[in-house]
Amino acid sequence: MTTNTTARRARRAGARQAASGYMFVAPFMMVFVAMLVLPLLYAAYLSLFKEQLVGGTTFAGLDNYRRALTDDQLVEGVVRVATFFVLQVPVMLGLALFFALALDSGVLRLSRLFRLGFFVPYAVPSVVATLMWGYLYGPDFGPFAQLADKLGFGAPKFLGDGLMLGSLANVVTWEFTGYNMIILYAALRAIPAELYEAAAVDGAGAWRTAWSVKIPAIRSALMLTLIFSVIGSFQLFNEPNLLQRLAPNVIDSSYTPNLYAYSLAFTSQELNYAAAVSFLLGLVIVVVSYAFLLVGNRRRTS
Amino acid sequence: MTTTASAPAVRRPATTVGSTRPGVRRRRSNVLTLGMLAFLVYFLLPLFWLLVASTKTTSDLFNSFGLWLSGDFSLFSNIRDTLSYDGGVYGRWLLNTAVYAVASAGGAALLAALGGYGFAKYRFRGNGALFNTVLGAVMVPTTALAIPTYLLFSKVGMVNTPWAIILPSLVSPFGLYLMRVYAEGAVPDSLIEAARIDGAGEFRIFWQVVLRLLAPGLVTVLLFTLVATWNNYFLPLIMLNDPSLYPVTVGLANWSSQAQAGGGSTGALLSLVVTGSLLSVIPLIAAFLMLQRYWQSGLATGGVKQ
Repeated sequence: MTTNTTARRARRAGARQAASGYMFVAPFMMVFVAMLVLPLLYAAYLSLFKEQLVGGTTFAGLDNYRRALTDDQLVEGVVRVATFFVLQVPVMLGLALFFALALDSGVLRLSRLFRLGFFVPYAVPSVVATLMWGYLYGPDFGPFAQLADKLGFGAPKFLGDGLMLGSLANVVTWEFTGYNMIILYAALRAIPAELYEAAAVDGAGAWRTAWSVKIPAIRSALMLTLIFSVIGSFQLFNEPNLLQRLAPNVIDSSYTPNLYAYSLAFTSQELNYAAAVSFLLGLVIVVVSYAFLLVGNRRRTS
Repeated sequence: MTTTASAPAVRRPATTVGSTRPGVRRRRSNVLTLGMLAFLVYFLLPLFWLLVASTKTTSDLFNSFGLWLSGDFSLFSNIRDTLSYDGGVYGRWLLNTAVYAVASAGGAALLAALGGYGFAKYRFRGNGALFNTVLGAVMVPTTALAIPTYLLFSKVGMVNTPWAIILPSLVSPFGLYLMRVYAEGAVPDSLIEAARIDGAGEFRIFWQVVLRLLAPGLVTVLLFTLVATWNNYFLPLIMLNDPSLYPVTVGLANWSSQAQAGGGSTGALLSLVVTGSLLSVIPLIAAFLMLQRYWQSGLATGGVKQ
């Protein structure tokens, strides 16, 4: 057998392998293109046009984007979800990390019960979660209001202007802490035992081990939860959309950017402008996510 | 489906969940356990409230303390009312949700398994670039997609049909990511090679050998896409306007608006929202509890590597 034929055979095997590879990924990629790439391109196209009462739809270049950047309603919405992110995500991920470490430490009783009990809210639809909390917050038959009433002081206005963002943050924290905990816990369980042995030899205690062995070892899982949280916060829609029905005076149609895009598209029929708004929102999410990835990776290499 | 429950033969650090790490025996801490119990109360309180509230009539909801039983025990009459209100539309919503969720999750898991295996085990031009493009797409906001998808679907007459919910839900970038990582770890190259030498075609290898090894990862993806579709609100909200096509989430949101608009005078509607909410969360919670062995080991793989 000459090297020539071996090489040819290898090349033929490689080509066959490549063909099979394409076959395997083709179904996913086809649906991906049809349901994701195509609508995105269409939205990009739409965002460059303008619909007017007189003259119909005309090419507008970047006018929609220029308008969006100076649109107070949009800017306020983005600032609001950014505030939400700063308020809510550290609490949620901090709790999730603490719970995961506690479950992993082995010093906890009933750990199975905690693991499942904390995770259960994730299986509850956000619609139901928001309705429940909405009723719990409520002044009519919410137990907090009832208790406050009995004790003789006024119920806190959970659905009022001042507390609304906090109330929303609580609903989201309730829904997703357990989910993040499970991701982090799964990562902790997979840390190789050798790492612990080294720490044990050094005489490191539980806290010390958690801080200098476990947390660095699950950095990529932490990054994953952080990126998911960026996406989730900036896309906030379901919870405010439902609480809007309970407190229409506090949550207006541009409370979050997604809510704004939705009402632009389906209430005021400004489809072209809505496309530009949601594109800009996507850009914000990409930029913030990449910023976190960059900071995270730089820490790792230094 | 050939994903029977008989195949956890995966070379994974066995996530025998709940057990302590061998060799590390520590004293149990009561303080920590108590602290965690307080949080458990927080996480279960709303569900407890929901359960209690489902046993009350609307007037008892207003007139009794929310966190304890009171008045007549009307859980069963509430369930009966929920299921029969408006010609039994609630049952229809539950059925719709189940159909949308099962079709979407099944399809999404299968596409992710095929694709994840392809990306993990085959070398072809553009492998990395395609995969990264899919991952990057996670960041696209739902509205940026939903609005143009709605317009495209309305051009081909698919708005207000089940397809408008199922087709967009078939793409799960996170599922693809998880299946790729899982396939890398769970499917030994030597096994594929051996099957090839036996003369099996690539797809036969996938169906008869690989799919079984991927089972825990597949169940994970299945469950998480099931949750995503079961809980989906935004997409059906814009795609559907025929109440007989609504999933339970949109239906309940509508009922709650009506109850809100009518104030206390809408009578039964409020207790229907509450009871309907309770009924809608039971199937998913049951699925998670029954399948926990699978999704916990499946996630163990996805969360770690990158």
